[in-house]
Amino acid sequence: MDLKEFLTKASLAHGVSGFEFMDVASLVRDAMDGLVDEVKVDLLGNVVGVKYGEGAQPRPKIMLAGHMDEIGLIITKIEEGGFLRFAPVGGVDQRVLPAHEVIVYGRRPLTGVIGVKPPHLTSPEEAKKAYKMEDLFIDVGLPEEEVRELVRVGDVATFKRQVSELMGDRFSGKALDDRAGVAVILVCLEELRKYKVDADVYAVATSQEEIGCRGAVVSTYGIEPDIGIAIDVCHGETPGVPEWRTSSVGKGPALAQGGNIHPKVFAALEKAAKEIGIKAQKEIAPAATGTDAWVMQISRAGVATGLISIPLRYMHTSVETLAISDVEDAGRLLARFIASVDAGFVKELKSWI
Amino acid sequence: MDLKTLTSLSGVSGNEYEARSAIIKQLESMGISYECDVMGNVIAKKGDRGPKVLLDAHMDEVGLMITHVEKNGFLRFAPVGGIDPRVLVSKRVLVGKEKIPGVIGAKAIHLQERDERTQVIPIDRLFIDIGAESGEQAQGKVKAGDYVVFDTEYQELSPGIIKAKALDDRVGCALLFEVLKQDWKEIQLYAVFAVQEEVGLRGARVAAFAVEPDMGIALEGTVCADIPGTDKEFQATRLGKGVALSIMDRGSIPDRKMLNQLVKLAEDEGIPYQFREATSGGNDAGAIQQTKAGCPVASVSVPCRYIHTPCSLMSTSDFEAARKLLIKFLESVEGGFRP
Amino acid sequence: MKDLIKRLTEAFGPSGSEGPVREVITKEVEPYVDEIRVDALGNLICLKKGSGGGKKVILDAHMDEIGVIVTHIDEKGFLRFASVGGVYPVVTLGQRVYFENGTFGVIGSEKLDDIKDLKLDKLFIDIGAANREEASQKVKVGDMGAFFQPAVDLGNRVVAKAMDDRIGCVVVIEALKRLKQTQHDIYAVFATQEEVGLRGARVAAYGIEPDVGIAFDVTSTGDTPKARTMDVSLGKGAAIKVKDSSLVCHPGLRDYLVKLAEAKGIPYQMEVLEWGGTDSGAIQLTRAGVPAAVISIPSRYIHSPSEMVDIGDVEACVKLCVAACESPLDF
Repeated sequence: MDLKEFLTKASLAHGVSGFEFMDVASLVRDAMDGLVDEVKVDLLGNVVGVKYGEGAQPRPKIMLAGHMDEIGLIITKIEEGGFLRFAPVGGVDQRVLPAHEVIVYGRRPLTGVIGVKPPHLTSPEEAKKAYKMEDLFIDVGLPEEEVRELVRVGDVATFKRQVSELMGDRFSGKALDDRAGVAVILVCLEELRKYKVDADVYAVATSQEEIGCRGAVVSTYGIEPDIGIAIDVCHGETPGVPEWRTSSVGKGPALAQGGNIHPKVFAALEKAAKEIGIKAQKEIAPAATGTDAWVMQISRAGVATGLISIPLRYMHTSVETLAISDVEDAGRLLARFIASVDAGFVKELKSWI
Repeated sequence: MDLKTLTSLSGVSGNEYEARSAIIKQLESMGISYECDVMGNVIAKKGDRGPKVLLDAHMDEVGLMITHVEKNGFLRFAPVGGIDPRVLVSKRVLVGKEKIPGVIGAKAIHLQERDERTQVIPIDRLFIDIGAESGEQAQGKVKAGDYVVFDTEYQELSPGIIKAKALDDRVGCALLFEVLKQDWKEIQLYAVFAVQEEVGLRGARVAAFAVEPDMGIALEGTVCADIPGTDKEFQATRLGKGVALSIMDRGSIPDRKMLNQLVKLAEDEGIPYQFREATSGGNDAGAIQQTKAGCPVASVSVPCRYIHTPCSLMSTSDFEAARKLLIKFLESVEGGFRP
Repeated sequence: MKDLIKRLTEAFGPSGSEGPVREVITKEVEPYVDEIRVDALGNLICLKKGSGGGKKVILDAHMDEIGVIVTHIDEKGFLRFASVGGVYPVVTLGQRVYFENGTFGVIGSEKLDDIKDLKLDKLFIDIGAANREEASQKVKVGDMGAFFQPAVDLGNRVVAKAMDDRIGCVVVIEALKRLKQTQHDIYAVFATQEEVGLRGARVAAYGIEPDVGIAFDVTSTGDTPKARTMDVSLGKGAAIKVKDSSLVCHPGLRDYLVKLAEAKGIPYQMEVLEWGGTDSGAIQLTRAGVPAAVISIPSRYIHSPSEMVDIGDVEACVKLCVAACESPLDF
């Protein structure tokens, strides 16, 4: 797999939370083909690839979760003149919206612009305030009648954004949160060919993470894993943000630590990184991690969870920026970890003395 | 296990090792069988026929976590669980496994601008001083990710009034041990010492899933604001006025039959009780009630002033009332009471 | 149907105290279903067996309503209270409430310098008692009260308290009455505790383990003067939900309902609700996931004691419900 090519395709694919089936799910399904023994799509649209292990039954079950959904917009009303009102799906920063190009997925994809008043007609007082989302609208440049034929309340829209290759191996685009996590899983599955693996691996591209980790809730229940590893993004260093609240882009994946993470899973991930010579960073999570790991942990009678994060700048904008090497390293580290898991390790997860 | 021992143990949510080890040791010495799950809950069991009754007390407590060691040796931290930043300044803490002593300092009053004195210092501007002269020296002792507990001495302020940290919810754990002393014949008693209540009722949720109880009771150290400046109608509970019974909170509405039974038993037996006159807050009952196809629940609490701060107060008479009522209730279940 | 609306909306049933309304519904549905049971959280679960080969379908409507709970009785006999579900202080002022035992009270307020200071803890209930002793004979801490407002027939429209979600209950009951033959096992769930966190539906769905879940609940409208932007109007038919804060409806099931409405000539409108959730949000996340949808009854002034619906919309919802139950649901 060409990682950069996959990241490009994945970034350009659309899949607003709850609407992953429209595009990104099939991309992920195709990408998993050949890397796993079977691929299924569950009732909430999670794509689940299963790669069976070689250990004696009952084999350890490891679930990997990278979410394939992205934040976006949903049409709430078609106004006179064919202008489209919208609401956010997931945590959309209203300040990035004005004058952004979007694609509305109606009967056919329509390019639109989020319109604003020209500065000439804006008073200085008005200009001091950020636009409120409820005042914004999408202009698809078509007559009202045609808009009503093509667009329906409940249709979704995404940012329109090409990817950018920046200096070094820095890569920028929309929806890298968390298509980068899906990419990590694919790298891991490829890498696993090098190892003898005891465990059954359930590689899940989860749905609806941005609106409450809903895909992970049901897929974890269905899979009933012993161990669950979420692969998501964390904040990369950003001017104006204290250094200790962020991780460094390009300096390796970050391993989360805190109550959401089983200490033995954390230790095994750290060990795996050391064994293959990857420098991993640490992410401190005092309580909620806000990732699929948070819901996986409390599925059924409990799951031992871990969290690997790819440092990423400008989260939830259309120019999310990461280092490709971090994605690659995370995948290799994950594979090494999986190869190290045996029945003994799983048994030890319930021992707390 | 007594409250002095229980409250002196550390067990910030997600890092309950010390509390859990002591609880396990105690269970073993009492000859009670137990299991641990992957989240670290301890589930003890007594009795093997009759309805499954789950009693829950959480062993975790609110605390802090080190997020960063500064170059000059000061430690930055974040809260674990709900802590009002205004109670943190000028307190003693213990950092990490080694329990390194530290203090939460602040700019001296002499160095403050006039209007600074009226402002709340946000948590991310506070720091812990362990006496390290440099970041390197500090790094040898502590690291980001270490948990921090309050360093508060257990003390009896007057006969029957206890001051300690972590009464929420070691008082519940103490009640569990009281109940476990007795032999139960006609119920299957599951005593759950739960983890991670303070960060979202997480331990109890998975423990209840495993147990699949027929009824559940959360044992809590609960809010009590019988203090100057709070009108009677907003005090929630009063110290020394008996065991507190919840009417509703953000997590659950108690099963009416169970609540009525608790009230009836208290009245019949002359056990002092009060209603928890507030609906804010939530406890593990919320998670237990939502188990599988549903489980009737109630909450039985000991009022504790100043919970979620480094030092809280409780009355041993309220504890005694809770103990009695709990045992009466379980006996009534043995006698055939069902929700 | 208007008679049923009146009886159901005037029944008592704040979240957690749904006893009286459950009784009314039980009597109403008994002749039309094969089994009835009440679960640990008080959900009323009614099974109408299918002819075979079909799916397990939940039709959910919550029977609880918002209300108040007594938290304190003072020396003079005034009751302090907290909300049960989303109660707006402004809407509450001057309202009458009643308790399950028939005690009535009015809501009064402390002196306020500014109406902006109006919060629930400034309000109290006066049941006409002279002191704590007298009050305590009628009401105790922990008792729940409901708002008192008789239902009023406005012609095409009806206004009442607790339309949220007794009107959903009406739709499901009416559908059960009209449903002649279905291949599916229909589980009508009259759920408890929706207003405090979808709690009843969550456990009911776990117990039933359905193949399909459809909730019937009210939704807001954007058709009143200077309302929040929303495309739903009173009188334009059943609202088929796309998304609210609790779920994105299963796209296959949602489109199936749209096609069904079109095929049967049932008026419908598409709905995106920005604030609020419903039981389908809990049903969808049951076990390994359940395809879930919502058919909403457009309603004005939700969470006030005067919620208004259009009879034509209610009729459309009933028809769509029956059509869904009679269809193969092979989305």
